[in-house]
Amino acid sequence: AVSLPFAVGQCGNQVGCRFWDLALREHAAVNKKGIYDEALSSFFRNIDTRSGGNGPDIYEGKICSLKARALLIDMEEGVVNEILQGPLRDVFDSKQLITDVSGSGNNWAVGHKLYGCQYRENIVEKLRKTAEHCDCLQCFFIIHSMGGGTGSGLGTFVLNLLEEEFPEVYRFVTSVYPSGEDDVITSPYNSVLAMKELNEHADCVLPIENESLFDIVNKIHQMINSGKLGSAVKQNSLVTSSSGSAKTLQEKPFDAMNNIVANLLLNLTSSARFEGSLNMDLNEISMNLVPFPRLHYLVSSLTPLYTLADVNVPSRRLDQMFSDAFSRDHQLIQADPKHSLYLACALLVRGNVQVSDLRRNIERLKPSLPFVSWNQEGWKTGLCSVPPVGHSHSLLALANNTCVKPTFIELKDRFMKLYKKKAHLHHYLQVDGMEQSCFSEAVCSLSDLIEEYNELDATKDGPRIDPSRLKIAV
Amino acid sequence: MSIVTVQLGQCGNQIGHEVFNALCSDIHGTHGLCSKKENESYHDSCKERFFCEEESGVPVARAVLVDMEPKVISQTLSMAARSGHWKYNHQSHFCQKQGSGNNWASGYSVHGPRHKETIMNLVQKEAEKCDRLGGFFTIMSMAGGTGSGLGAFVTQCLRDAFPASFILNHVIWPYGTGEVIVQNYNSVLTLSHLYQSSDALLVHENDVIHKICAQLMNIKQISFRDVNQVIAHQLGSVFQPTHTAGGGSGYSRNPLGDLMETLVPHPEFKMLGLRNIPQMPENSLAYSTFSWPGLIKHLRQMLIANAKMEEGIDWQVRPPHPGSSIPSKPLHFNTSIANLVILRGKDVHGVDLGSFRDPSLYTSWLNPQDAFSAWRTPRAFNKYEKSAALVSNSQFLLKPLDSIVGKAWNMFASKAYIHQYTKFGIQEEDFLDSFTTLEQVISSYTIL
Repeated sequence: AVSLPFAVGQCGNQVGCRFWDLALREHAAVNKKGIYDEALSSFFRNIDTRSGGNGPDIYEGKICSLKARALLIDMEEGVVNEILQGPLRDVFDSKQLITDVSGSGNNWAVGHKLYGCQYRENIVEKLRKTAEHCDCLQCFFIIHSMGGGTGSGLGTFVLNLLEEEFPEVYRFVTSVYPSGEDDVITSPYNSVLAMKELNEHADCVLPIENESLFDIVNKIHQMINSGKLGSAVKQNSLVTSSSGSAKTLQEKPFDAMNNIVANLLLNLTSSARFEGSLNMDLNEISMNLVPFPRLHYLVSSLTPLYTLADVNVPSRRLDQMFSDAFSRDHQLIQADPKHSLYLACALLVRGNVQVSDLRRNIERLKPSLPFVSWNQEGWKTGLCSVPPVGHSHSLLALANNTCVKPTFIELKDRFMKLYKKKAHLHHYLQVDGMEQSCFSEAVCSLSDLIEEYNELDATKDGPRIDPSRLKIAV
Repeated sequence: MSIVTVQLGQCGNQIGHEVFNALCSDIHGTHGLCSKKENESYHDSCKERFFCEEESGVPVARAVLVDMEPKVISQTLSMAARSGHWKYNHQSHFCQKQGSGNNWASGYSVHGPRHKETIMNLVQKEAEKCDRLGGFFTIMSMAGGTGSGLGAFVTQCLRDAFPASFILNHVIWPYGTGEVIVQNYNSVLTLSHLYQSSDALLVHENDVIHKICAQLMNIKQISFRDVNQVIAHQLGSVFQPTHTAGGGSGYSRNPLGDLMETLVPHPEFKMLGLRNIPQMPENSLAYSTFSWPGLIKHLRQMLIANAKMEEGIDWQVRPPHPGSSIPSKPLHFNTSIANLVILRGKDVHGVDLGSFRDPSLYTSWLNPQDAFSAWRTPRAFNKYEKSAALVSNSQFLLKPLDSIVGKAWNMFASKAYIHQYTKFGIQEEDFLDSFTTLEQVISSYTIL
């Protein structure tokens, strides 16, 4: 089953670029025989290039030329051009790109309404063409940031489009949320306007905060530079590293952070691509982690962040990996799940880990994690046999937890600060199709979402009253 | 008579593979402890039941493999073929790409109807290959989406297409602390539907088998493979050829029919539990000896005290005094409707099973003679010099069932996840119907 990523905007495409690079690296490590298999086909087509670039797809047999199943969308050319000139140029062709020159000026309305309208047909056509090449389309991924104009505006326009054209295909969105000190002044507007779309049209959202990515990068730097473990770390195991991939030495400033997100996506899809004793597909993630339609924001944690190269150093105990997954150091957003309420939690384990290891750790960690009363044993688990590159095992934890509420409240507050003064509003309202009601509806949608989390939080410390069972006449 | 096995979903296919492996390895084993003639007869009977012959001489399992995603079936087919001792018919499988997303409604209401014809055609083909069809054995978990939902649908189709055949559903109950968050919903929907179409449900609980792996088999890092192999051993001890009570010299020709006749006297009571003794790591077998009286004593107490294995049995539990009125049944005492003990190996014919005929073990509305059956086979099973299996229609599963229904009800009261089911056509009323069916079953078993 195919997962189709859409990278929209600058951030989306930079992350996307890392994702494709690391995906190729992962498959190269696993696929020794060079045969095009089911695992590869979930992300790549196999093209017969003997008849030129437009050759037919080869479904079996040797790998000829791999082409990523993707759409790269940006309203500026810089990032996409760089990708096309870099080592990944053969992985994409022009039919997968939609670009323009002037950008969206950090304006959600320009991205969503103006470019949305303008590029609608183009996007639909390319989407249909890409989907045609997939024998079974299971899931769309949108990778974007919330704070700008293209990723945020056009990205959510694409989300809407996907729902209209392919209503049965799941829509996962990886969204980079702006921090409080974001240098784009209008990022709160863009984010809240985008949130409404995510509330209504996404099946699952994985919010990411740059601060968390930054902290992880720093933690690793410190660890390496401290001299204690430095040379002992396997370079290609670093969750931040591009080592071993096609990329050349020129690492760009955001590469380390983007690699983390790329690894998140690889781990998320690993059980759908590779075999294991307890498979976890993407549709299962949505099914198990979304108890109510709008509460679909998941906190993700990745572990381990690195592996030691020296085999004489005892590898970190397996159990430590599970503990780390519940440590804030490993989360991709700034939140405090242990002091909020878990609605559901998924553990996707890769590598040499068996069901007894899973059970032991769930039993161990459960008592310290507050779960909602109607889902006391709310764990979804998956075991994938193939570990990520450089590791013997890894764990991705996804939690549906009310701890995302403060993030949304802050976002709303920052929005209201601008909105009350009507700051920069005219830039938005002058775009065709954009009205003041768009703003009020968006903040309303966000408020409703916050309220849903509030209601659940209210049950947290209350008395547990189990509903009485049906009585049967004997 | 032959049995057609239908393997459904990841669990069903993984277990099915281990079952055929166990059956095959048992018949090729040299530890039969019986005459060559007996061994050959056993071999032939097993082959007729579970395999059909092919030109190449490699036995082909009488099985249909069904899954909504391709990876597991692909692995299962190739692992079997690699064994060299048996294989699957590579035409006899059906898979899709999407999976069922752990969604019972998706398995039952979408995949079921959509693929009914193709799947039933495969089943029909396997059924036609049997000289005499003894019935169907389906293997599924009830926690996920395919085994559970599609499994329930296929069982219904089997009942409609083969109204006179026996259907035994082997159902795996998930670990109590979550493999799947919506497992209790899926379980309630599965069990209530199976109850309508199936003749009996033979249950294995992951938690129980896990304990056996940890405490009896001494496995340190327990994998699903380990769990499945224990399950396969237990199933083999029931389904390998036996002489039934009526005896005669040959092996029973109608295993499923015999099972139903002895254990399911009333359609309200279909839940069968399985216990097997002894269980130990293979490398300990050579150093262990057992006496039949010892084994039988333990097995009986396992029945009475509802112990899941031969360690940690509560010996304090006693049957109620004969002649006492029903309300004073001691707590923790497991009342039976019917029991079947299967003995295999050395000196089976001399074993005294009188303790199992004790009327105080049973509910009052069946004659104790009818409530208990024993099948004895001198041919040893799977390298165990002596082994005994107990298939029991009793209160074994009452507590676990009640627990699952309780948790599902609790979640249902909050309406969590319901939208995922209504999306595919399973409404709140359908849930209520299922809850009602199961509360009825719980009530019936409680007042035994």
